[in-house]
Amino acid sequence: MSVLVPKRIVIGIGNPERGDDAVGRSVLAQLRGSLPASIALAEENGEAGALLARLAGIEAAYLIDAAVSGVPPGTIHRLDVAASALPPAIAGFSTHGFGLAEAIELARALGRLPPCCVVYAIEAASFAPRAPLSPAVAAALPEVAARLRAEFADLTGEE
Amino acid sequence: MTTKTIKVNYLARVEGEGGLRVVVRNGVVTKAELSIFEPPRFFEAFLRGRAFSEAPDITARICGICPVAYQMSAVHAMEDALGVRVTGALRALRRLLYCGEWIESHALHIYLLHAPDFLGYAGAVDMAREHRALVETGLGLKQAGNAILTLLGGREVHPINVRVGGFYRMPSRRELAPLAERLERAREAALATVRWAAGLDFPERRHDYHFVALRHAAEYPFNEGRIVSSRGLDLSPAEFEDSFEEDHVERSTALHAHLKADGSSYLVGPLARYSLNFDRLSPLAQAAAREAGLGATCANPFQSIVVRAVEVLYACDEALRIIAAYEEPDHPSIPLTPRAGIGHAATEAPRGLLYHRYRLTEDGAIAEARIVPPTSQNQASIEADLKNFVGGWLDLPEEELRHRCEQTVRNYDPCISCSTHFLRLELDRG
Repeated sequence: MSVLVPKRIVIGIGNPERGDDAVGRSVLAQLRGSLPASIALAEENGEAGALLARLAGIEAAYLIDAAVSGVPPGTIHRLDVAASALPPAIAGFSTHGFGLAEAIELARALGRLPPCCVVYAIEAASFAPRAPLSPAVAAALPEVAARLRAEFADLTGEE
Repeated sequence: MTTKTIKVNYLARVEGEGGLRVVVRNGVVTKAELSIFEPPRFFEAFLRGRAFSEAPDITARICGICPVAYQMSAVHAMEDALGVRVTGALRALRRLLYCGEWIESHALHIYLLHAPDFLGYAGAVDMAREHRALVETGLGLKQAGNAILTLLGGREVHPINVRVGGFYRMPSRRELAPLAERLERAREAALATVRWAAGLDFPERRHDYHFVALRHAAEYPFNEGRIVSSRGLDLSPAEFEDSFEEDHVERSTALHAHLKADGSSYLVGPLARYSLNFDRLSPLAQAAAREAGLGATCANPFQSIVVRAVEVLYACDEALRIIAAYEEPDHPSIPLTPRAGIGHAATEAPRGLLYHRYRLTEDGAIAEARIVPPTSQNQASIEADLKNFVGGWLDLPEEELRHRCEQTVRNYDPCISCSTHFLRLELDRG
């Protein structure tokens, strides 16, 4: 029996109970139903081991997370991590201490990084418990979703 | 007078943020303070007014690493309040679920957080470049734990299949079969982990801890038991607050737990569990512990990596025993009738004793919630370790001294330590 494993995945990362940390999952909610069924959508809390497992056998991975780097909230960072490591400012100030940056670098060290691996990091304003997304971050959701749809359209176009 | 302040600030994973401050005056450690952000405090407020049945799902969100522990303490406390008991296969499956969380959490800590400390790397990524097989072993072991959580919990992160009174859905014997094959391989890997960890170089540091853990008549404790201690305490979970209390600490949102009688600190977690329950480990786990050079008790916090490995081995062994004996029950849960009451429970999270108390109104709404997580209970012991140990390391180069401080905190696997590789050092020489 062969199991069909999706080769493309969007992973929304974060704790939905912690303010802007929910942004990754919120983008997923916007994407549901608007991407081909062959593209997997997954939610993760950001723990590195679980993220690493998600990347196994994947050809194109898009990871969406909150970030704090000092730019205005709602700013969208696009980082091609297949080409280079996450910049220190992003890596060092993510709320996921042992998380996304480690998962990517562990995957690279172990030779498991997908050939296409892109991080969308949305600048956060607040991680207050049970708070809703801050207005600037919520306002960025449609654009992040649109850019991801465009990424997959480009990938398909290249085939 | 020279003053040296070792200050380490860090933003942790979302389940906790914190910092560490050690003050040294004239070569003597005068202060060691660990500040952490503690989400359970906020969740206690969110729980008020919610239905008793919502507590497992809500509390599972408190910690991304140990959702099962929060769920288990919640369901047992609710069942205590409602006057019901879950027995037989349902009870066994809860133990199986807990095995999954211990394997997953301990494997993560052993291989990705603790191992780099002993092998001389800044973190798991650096270590992976030169010890690829070691990291692969750790990740494989962790995935075996995740496989249990996925099958029983419905999801790896924040399992959703758990409910007060049992489960929403039970696995069939057939579904459990592939899990058993995987766990047999994991048990081999766990045994190898104990042997590998035993060969690491441990600082000779010991402390006369007051160990506190659950103890059950026949089992190594997960969900059930008396709260016992190495100094003679023997309480039911309902008596927890008679003997232990928490104080507010100015510098953080966390509460520090102490013994009510004399304000002294105590220790929960792997060292305490092991030292109070060695005779309840499976023969295989006992033999591996002996072979690793551990006695029936262990008071060197740096050896907690070996004790965690022994607990992973036990959890694999116990999971296989449960699967072999499993008969699918007729119903996935037992009937419940809301009523007014108070319920208490203590279960063993990977990091130690996790206490929940709920007061319910007649219609089953939560009127009051109390959650005492293991990290707040261990905070005083972590600070005591820093005070006791750092004095002997002051001649070390700055970087190494900082690393030893981090490692001392990391021994405990507090929720905050998930991020300690992002620690930053500020040195204040006064």
